[in-house]
Amino acid sequence: MTPAHQAPESVLFGRLSLEAIPYHEPILLATFAVAALGGIGVLAAVTYFRLWGWLWRDWITSIDHKKIGIMYMILGLIMLLRGFADALMMRLQQAIAFGGAEGYLPPHHYDQIFTAHGVIMIFFVAMPFVTGLMNYLVPLQIGARDVAFPFLNNFSFWMTTAGAILVMLSLFVGEFATTGWLAYPPLSGIYSSPGVGVDYYIWALQIAGVGTTLSGVNLIATIVKMRAPGMTMMRMPIFTWTSLCSNVLIVASFPVLGATLALLSLDRYVGTNFFTNDLGGSAMMYVNLIWIWGHPEVYILILPAFGVFSEVTAAFCGKRLFGYASMVYATVVITILSYLVWLHHFFTMGSGASVNSFFGITTMIISIPTGAKIFNWLFTMYKGRIRFDLPMMWTVSFMITFTIGGMTGVLLAVPPADFVLHNSLFLIAHFHNVIIGGVLFGLFAGIYFWFPKAFGFRLDPFWGKVSFWCWTVGFYVAFMPLYVLGLMGVTRRMSKFDDPSLQIWFVIAAIGALMILCGIAAFLMQIFVSILRREQLKDTTGDPWNARTLEWSTSSPPPAYNFAFTPIVHDLDAWWDMKRRDYVRPTEGFIPIHMPKNTGAGFVLAVIATVAGFGLIWHIWWLAAAGFVALVATAIVHTFNYKRDFHIPASEVVETENARTRLLAARA
Amino acid sequence: MSASVTADIAATDAAMEAPTPGRDFYVRGEHHPENGTLLGFWLYLMSDCLVFAVLFACYGVLGRSYAAGPSGADLFDLKLVAINTGFLLASSITYGFAMLEMQQNHKGTTLFWLFVTGCFGASFLALELYEFWHLIHEGATPQRSAFLSSFFTLVGTHGLHVTFGCVWLVTLMVQVVKHGLIPANRRRLICLSMFWHFLDVVWIGVFTFVYLMGSLA
Repeated sequence: MTPAHQAPESVLFGRLSLEAIPYHEPILLATFAVAALGGIGVLAAVTYFRLWGWLWRDWITSIDHKKIGIMYMILGLIMLLRGFADALMMRLQQAIAFGGAEGYLPPHHYDQIFTAHGVIMIFFVAMPFVTGLMNYLVPLQIGARDVAFPFLNNFSFWMTTAGAILVMLSLFVGEFATTGWLAYPPLSGIYSSPGVGVDYYIWALQIAGVGTTLSGVNLIATIVKMRAPGMTMMRMPIFTWTSLCSNVLIVASFPVLGATLALLSLDRYVGTNFFTNDLGGSAMMYVNLIWIWGHPEVYILILPAFGVFSEVTAAFCGKRLFGYASMVYATVVITILSYLVWLHHFFTMGSGASVNSFFGITTMIISIPTGAKIFNWLFTMYKGRIRFDLPMMWTVSFMITFTIGGMTGVLLAVPPADFVLHNSLFLIAHFHNVIIGGVLFGLFAGIYFWFPKAFGFRLDPFWGKVSFWCWTVGFYVAFMPLYVLGLMGVTRRMSKFDDPSLQIWFVIAAIGALMILCGIAAFLMQIFVSILRREQLKDTTGDPWNARTLEWSTSSPPPAYNFAFTPIVHDLDAWWDMKRRDYVRPTEGFIPIHMPKNTGAGFVLAVIATVAGFGLIWHIWWLAAAGFVALVATAIVHTFNYKRDFHIPASEVVETENARTRLLAARA
Repeated sequence: MSASVTADIAATDAAMEAPTPGRDFYVRGEHHPENGTLLGFWLYLMSDCLVFAVLFACYGVLGRSYAAGPSGADLFDLKLVAINTGFLLASSITYGFAMLEMQQNHKGTTLFWLFVTGCFGASFLALELYEFWHLIHEGATPQRSAFLSSFFTLVGTHGLHVTFGCVWLVTLMVQVVKHGLIPANRRRLICLSMFWHFLDVVWIGVFTFVYLMGSLA
């Protein structure tokens, strides 16, 4: 059944018309002006400095896992600014909309902001950061030259970016969903949300999801098949282990997201009755399915962060990680358990005492392997020579913050307690506590730890410390009030409040958000200052922290081929073992190195996918159909390209390695 | 802890600390890691399997929600579905023959069996489209009830996979004609083989759970 109240559509433009441009919204207009000016500035600069060729050859078409990893990180950083702007707007609105005051955001706009904030922070900030880190590090940690499917890697990145572009586009053309970040039907169905908002949501996630799934397949195959000789599973660096588990979760959960969103789009586009209120549909089916993806998703994000903390703790305490095997087992147990807890997101569905008890208990059990990890890190620190550099500072801050978040999680896992706290600000405080205190702090620890590896110079510690303290203190000031408010029964997603006694807590939370803003500003300042001071901060050794795993055995930044000769691994912490046994870096006998060749196919496919997605969102059927045909045709044409590799000549390897020899000699 | 165990640990520690100058820390020649394509394709198939799992789950939950409309017993023509199942199972066998010929390095007969496989696949699709057309003609549209929504989506997604399999098959046949049974093409043929058999397995699930059990209800 097609809804009766649809606006007329034109053949050429579907439902797209000038009405879709929100020129009557001053906030959006100003944002657009800033974004357009910034965009024009960047394009002009690239043109002026004649960088287009370089950009195309060295980055856009690059299949080098290191460059793709860096591009993921840049995507995550840009989207963090957008997602955080949304957060600030919400905090400001909630701090002033009291006692009859409407605040400055109309409800329709406010609803889009909280939806966009959630979607962006999970899919386009946390995911690109985590995927970027894994992409950069995994091949280096296992002594490989690239991932198993280098072209697919490039394609995955551009599909993720295509999704991000669609979300950003919704800001200026049409609107975004007003449904909350998981778009529950029937609210997200065609009757309650007839506009383009939910369609933007669906297609952005669908396109990005393809990229994520393929990148998961890619990294699993890489870890299973491409480890250096001698690196058995139990000699893999712990970050590689957590990446493996995280990617297993990706492959085992993102298809569920894709299928669920596809069913929602069938309901919206074709008029089927999967999640509708009538003709036998079941909205709770959607809620179950989306959380069968959604719960593993949070472990997809946190496991690599756990890996980062493990590497950082071992390196900065100068000790082998305490309980490596138990850490591996804990990771695997968390991976499995993460599939058995999804129902705790909707205890209030009314599935009965036994079902709720089962899921409550499985949820509480997850805290056991997680607790084991915390103890492993503590015991690694115990009697270690701890160096409190930035990565270690973030690790310690994580251990305290995450433990608090974990405890409130166990509180929420008790079904009767959850009936009171469901959809309250207590829940909001809890998941920000674990995602910021866990995932984000882990990403910062990882960025500070591996930045010198990726760019050849360290990040300036002064601004890093400013950023660290602003973030840590800001986090507590911003989210502890939400715990209080949640316990008092305040629900999430409200754009205004009646009870004036609550206002003070929202004002405190807003101050916390401003402190986090200072943290982000200090981080950007730090990057800027570090680039200026890169000569003083230079890392000539390739191993600035005296660390333990293979990525530190090569130069900073590593050459395109990562390792002139494939390393042979004899022990856990292979590089530590090599240093201890007087490893001598080879300086001659170099041979040509077999490498994959760059290709523009991934970028072209992602551009077509974006255009096709745009056509589907706006019901421009000819564009969607043409896009689909072009997508299949381009993919087929790509398969006719059999020349996908080349050899880096030995002379080039000799040149690169001699340059490093001179650098090392100059230091000594 | 017994003395011998302590001594053992001490000995191991000493061995670990001792420098071993002759130890090799890198591969001196060219190092070729294993090709990961087949594993990667397996992983992709498992992810696809989860897509079908979701659709089966939906059918399991919604498959009795007729909304006062027709049920499977009213609609399914088991004879038609039996013929269709025969087509698909036969196509798996002929694909197997193609793979045997590929092993023998017989380009011509490989192509012949691939062609036969494609014909079976196309016949399967034609019959399925006829079945869908017939159902829609009778008013049993995907919009009619949650049962029909989940039926059309599950069976249709399988059909869509077979369609892509056929497109892939034709593409690969052109590539085999052009380049012969080179290692890259062999790898691709093995991947498509896994894909094709996978769709067969899914179809057995569809046939059993949707058609047979649906006709009983």
